[in-house]
Amino acid sequence: MRIGTAKETYRHDEALFDTPVQRWWLAGLFVAIAAFPFVADAYWIYLGCLVAINIASATGLNILTGFTGLVSLGQAAFMGVGAYIVAWLEINLGTPFFVNLLAGGLGAGLIGILVGIPSLRVKGLYLAIATIAASVILHFVFANWTSVTGGQSGLTMPPATFLGTALDQPDKLYWLIVPVTVLMVLGASNLFRTRIGRAFIAIRDRDISAEVLGIPLLRYKLYSFALSSFYAGVAGGLWAYFFRVVTPESFPLVMSIFFLAAIIVGGMGSILGGILGAAFMTMVPEALKLIVGWLSPWLPDAVALLSPVRTIVFGALIVGFLIFEPRGLAEAWRRLRRFFHLWPFKT
Amino acid sequence: MAVEMSSDEGRTALAVDGLRLSFGGLRALDGVSFTAREGSVTSIIGPNGAGKTSLFNTISGFYRPGAGSIRFFDTPVDGLRPPERARLGMARTFQNISLFQGMTVLDNIKLGRHAHMATGVLEALFYLGRARREEMELRREVEERIIDFLEIDHIRNAPVSALSYGLRKRVELARALAMRPRILLLDEPVAGMNREETEDMARFILDVREEWGVTILMVEHDMGMVMDISDHVVVLNFGQVIAKGDPGQVSSNPDVIAAYLGSGEVDDLRARVREAAGAAGGAA
Amino acid sequence: MTDWLLLIEVSLAGIGSGGLYAITGLAFVLIYKATKVVNLAIGEILMLGAYVFFGFSAGLALPFWLAALGTVVVAGLLGAGIERTMIRPMLGESPIAVFMLTIGLGSILTGTVELIWGANPLRLPEYLPNQPLFLGDAYVSSKVATAFAIASVVVLIFLALFRFWRGGVALRATASDQAAAYSMGINVPKVFSLSWIIACVTAGVAGMLVGAIGGISPTMGVFGLSVLVVVIVGGLDSVLGALVAGLFIGLLEALAGAYLGGEYKTLATFVLLVVVLMVRPYGLFGTHEIERL
Repeated sequence: MRIGTAKETYRHDEALFDTPVQRWWLAGLFVAIAAFPFVADAYWIYLGCLVAINIASATGLNILTGFTGLVSLGQAAFMGVGAYIVAWLEINLGTPFFVNLLAGGLGAGLIGILVGIPSLRVKGLYLAIATIAASVILHFVFANWTSVTGGQSGLTMPPATFLGTALDQPDKLYWLIVPVTVLMVLGASNLFRTRIGRAFIAIRDRDISAEVLGIPLLRYKLYSFALSSFYAGVAGGLWAYFFRVVTPESFPLVMSIFFLAAIIVGGMGSILGGILGAAFMTMVPEALKLIVGWLSPWLPDAVALLSPVRTIVFGALIVGFLIFEPRGLAEAWRRLRRFFHLWPFKT
Repeated sequence: MAVEMSSDEGRTALAVDGLRLSFGGLRALDGVSFTAREGSVTSIIGPNGAGKTSLFNTISGFYRPGAGSIRFFDTPVDGLRPPERARLGMARTFQNISLFQGMTVLDNIKLGRHAHMATGVLEALFYLGRARREEMELRREVEERIIDFLEIDHIRNAPVSALSYGLRKRVELARALAMRPRILLLDEPVAGMNREETEDMARFILDVREEWGVTILMVEHDMGMVMDISDHVVVLNFGQVIAKGDPGQVSSNPDVIAAYLGSGEVDDLRARVREAAGAAGGAA
Repeated sequence: MTDWLLLIEVSLAGIGSGGLYAITGLAFVLIYKATKVVNLAIGEILMLGAYVFFGFSAGLALPFWLAALGTVVVAGLLGAGIERTMIRPMLGESPIAVFMLTIGLGSILTGTVELIWGANPLRLPEYLPNQPLFLGDAYVSSKVATAFAIASVVVLIFLALFRFWRGGVALRATASDQAAAYSMGINVPKVFSLSWIIACVTAGVAGMLVGAIGGISPTMGVFGLSVLVVVIVGGLDSVLGALVAGLFIGLLEALAGAYLGGEYKTLATFVLLVVVLMVRPYGLFGTHEIERL
């Protein structure tokens, strides 16, 4: 049980983590993240990196879809833009990774603004369809602008280097990927303490009254698009450093659905939700692999079932969460916390 | 008190001149003209479908009028979009409350200040410098000037969806105040309220005018409240102004009574007329 | 010199496959009109129809008519099941949420098909005539021509149902004003169910035809993306729009494929989509929603 906390200043009340208990948890979490690569084996570090990349991208999509209410099925394609930019710069100019990642993010952000422009005329579902169009068109560009993207065979790139060390293994890349992700998540949390974030939520909840409050809809929708695809671009850049091969098939429409599923499952309009959802959805296929592994003595072609079962599980998670827990894992987490705050007086 | 205030003192806050608006073949507004003096409470009344809400939507910039002009403190606002009008100091509430359900009371009110803040996207991401300063300043002002004033301290962190109807209306007023308005457009501020809530709201409206010096323009069906707190009343019917003047003049105008006949509100109006006549007689 | 004969042949083939877009678009529009659901899973429902037909005709070796009948029944049941278990619980939720739900549904259907029949492309048993057909000098694939003919019949049945049948009238009433329809004693939930059943049957039939021409595979669902373009171009709530835009998109894809190369097919349709979204977002024949404050 926890007793109530009295806050003395507005500054205190406006803080991201406003109680001492929360600060302790946060410090514990950072220690755990920092200690992780020293205790985990290669497989888990690999997974940790993948989870972090997906958290970065899901958080970006959450800004657009969860907080601003604009559904996008283009997140994977925007990641592709970032990945190609990073790969191209690394191969052709050899610029430092932070420059490349920033360029990847900015490039994707620009494309995001371009895709968001139809929001001048259309809203909601039409915009979602415009993002599908964007992913088809971007996919075409990836596959056919051979002189830059390498066509169907794509780009194979050297590892990122930091002070002369090649970050070529997950245990080294971890120190690039995880801090970048932490920064991006903190940035997104900050955003929603300010007028910009509030304007996004206002547009989601009731765009007409948002206008009356002096929020220009088009400009803020474009901000949201730009931010979301900036996040995707940086995440795509990290993805490129992680896998080091970028092809048109790396960023299919299914991957956009994956990110949409992640924020639905985690909780739309909640930063924590994006984190939980991305982690959960990244682990699901791994858990399935494990189960299939156990079943293989009895089911001879169990491995062949993996891909379709994964597809079904993704779909079922989307449908199930939308119907039964539309506010996602984040809400379940809040309920759990409330339970323990009041325990043992109320159960 | 209403009568003295309606004299010619003060600048014109809002001047509406010859406004016309049609939806397809339907004339919603047909040459509407009136002015609202700075610091006054001006009410627009009329039977259902008279064009009151259309008038509001035209003033706040959602509908483009077919003809006519609107001046706001001598600035023509005809070509401006709703957000630009908001920035000039036009704030409004809606008939069916339009708060943001997914946010707390505090965040809803803070949204009102949006147009007067300058934090950009980059600053927001890092929450440094101006972003932090502006947010702190806003929080203090909202707490000290608005939340205390409207007596909603106890619900500041509650989600809007958990509030009663009367409280939501009050939060909507709070949000409009956060916009630092020069005029407040209130669309049926007491519709659906019980007597006590209505009286509270009337008091708040007068206090707002008193303390903030804000001009108030409202659409309202509650004749009692309109006649009690207005300085100036404009009567619309079928998109046209059929009468304007102080509450006493308007309620004794035969055209107004005719317009309300059969609308069910006529009895209420008659009672008001008798009361107003009695009061006038007593004063004279 | 322009090769006129080639142009005509390509155009005919395009219009032929456009017929299939048109009926699938019709299924989409029906669901949208009745329930306001933008069903992104229409392509996957079509795919499932094709596979069910494959299961009956190749798997169980049933004669064509029986297999077709079975497909229609299964597709109808599927429609009723989806509506009852997934769409109805979402009544009153935001359209965006339901839209995302249909994305999940598409994923479930794709996975199921892959689980049962595998990921490799398959061929349906030949049931459409295969001898070459000539219109004047122009060659037309008789499969495409027959499919077009069947699609036309489906459209006619559909329009007749919509116009004359009691259920169709209830459907139209619900589409124009749900609350009013309800107060007139129309059983709105039943209408919802009905629209999903009819739409899924229509999509299932389209799946049988599409599969007969081009073979079947779990990636057939991308057909749904072209259908999406069709209904946006035609107008989400316009039956006429779906028909016209269906033929037009078929033609456009065929021309782009023949003169620019296969990879330009989808590019052309989606560029068109973007243009329409910018210029006429409510489509050629769609109703422009008047926003009420």
